[in-house]
Amino acid sequence: MTMEDAEHGVTDGLRPGTGPGVASPARKVVLGILCLLLLVTSGVSFHRHRTMEEPVVLSAGVTEVKKLSDYFEGIRGTVNDCNVYVFEGEEPGATVFIIGGTHPEEPASRLAAWLLAENAVMEAGRLLVVLSANRSATTVTRLGGAYPPDYTIPTDWGERTFRMGDRWSSPLDQWPDPEVYIHYPSGQYLAYVDVRNLNRAWPGRPKGTLTERTTHGFMELIRQEGVDLFIDLHEAELQYPVISTIVTHETGQDLAAFTSMMLSDMEFKMGMEYSPPSLHGLSHREVGDHSDAVSLLFEAPEPFLDATRGRSTREVLLSGKDEFVVKAGEAGLLFEKMDEHGWPIDVRVGRHTSSILMTMEVWTELSPDRPLRMRGVPRYEEVIARGTGHWLHDPAAAPAGRVAVE
Amino acid sequence: MVLIQTVVTLLYYLLVAFVAALLVWNFARSRKWEEEVLYMIVLVPFLLRLFRLK
Repeated sequence: MTMEDAEHGVTDGLRPGTGPGVASPARKVVLGILCLLLLVTSGVSFHRHRTMEEPVVLSAGVTEVKKLSDYFEGIRGTVNDCNVYVFEGEEPGATVFIIGGTHPEEPASRLAAWLLAENAVMEAGRLLVVLSANRSATTVTRLGGAYPPDYTIPTDWGERTFRMGDRWSSPLDQWPDPEVYIHYPSGQYLAYVDVRNLNRAWPGRPKGTLTERTTHGFMELIRQEGVDLFIDLHEAELQYPVISTIVTHETGQDLAAFTSMMLSDMEFKMGMEYSPPSLHGLSHREVGDHSDAVSLLFEAPEPFLDATRGRSTREVLLSGKDEFVVKAGEAGLLFEKMDEHGWPIDVRVGRHTSSILMTMEVWTELSPDRPLRMRGVPRYEEVIARGTGHWLHDPAAAPAGRVAVE
Repeated sequence: MVLIQTVVTLLYYLLVAFVAALLVWNFARSRKWEEEVLYMIVLVPFLLRLFRLK
């Protein structure tokens, strides 16, 4: 091996095109066609995932569909200019803002918000709902994770397919990542990849990255709409200690504590935790610190996210059943129970809808002069009994002008 | 920060295009079928990123 070979990484004394093999134009054509086929089939799949449209049949309670750019011009024309569904109440009251899809790899958060958009009617107070808080992250799955690109929920009239997403904004929309992510405005050092994590980018800034501009847009919405209560819907792996719980800013401690107790007594076990004051970038910390809104974050269990899971299939995503996670539970590695029944999507969605309803009820108890009352949205037991799909409506049968697209 | 990101992104796509062209060039010159297969497999993710598909 010559010095020149070493510099070119050639270890067998041969450079491309100089080996003892036989040049074959026909072989190159065949290989080129195979490469093209691989490129086209994978490219079509990725393009379809990135551009797939998800219909939303608007509830009778939706009075207006706005865009995030209506509150912050800097997000207009970007992939993250998401829909904001507005529900004006029949009576005055407080304003609650609920977002799903902060982490679109946590489907129950988007589906619970979807049930609100398609079914909720506000009797008192105002409701604002976002289904795809980080829309960019709904257009990509975890790189190298072999995630399914979508999942399908059976309904009474057929089925509805949704995009599976990722925890982070797509690298196609925000790139490159820094060596270390320095959070604004705290200056706290965070993991590099979290520069694309919506729940590490609060409160954002107007001239920041796409993810920071998105959270800045939400902060503008919160300020301009005079939001009193903010709820961020999530799911968590069972090996993560913050699970089956409400994380609250200190301004929401009474509300979260009452809600946790009521849910645990009447429907399912639900914890409550304080937002750590020194952990920055998360909605439960920054929304409370930078606005007048009480900020809560709900976590439901999702075994699909556990590192010890087996195959990353649609079935595991929706059934929440995985024998490897069960094994991890037997080894005492989990912070939530896990058995052969798993954590089906209906259970996870039902936890979120009931948690929202109970929070509104407790809010109304604590602030009777600013009530929040909502009807049309199923509770935990109802979602489990009839399935999430029962509350997803047929876009083909919807009245004209009552279907939005995510 | 955002300006730097934009410049780096542009350079990154130029780099991706350059490496993709090198792979095609080496594929065309290669005489060993193992190398040809390897070049084609490695080329796919570069093209997917270049065409902004993944």
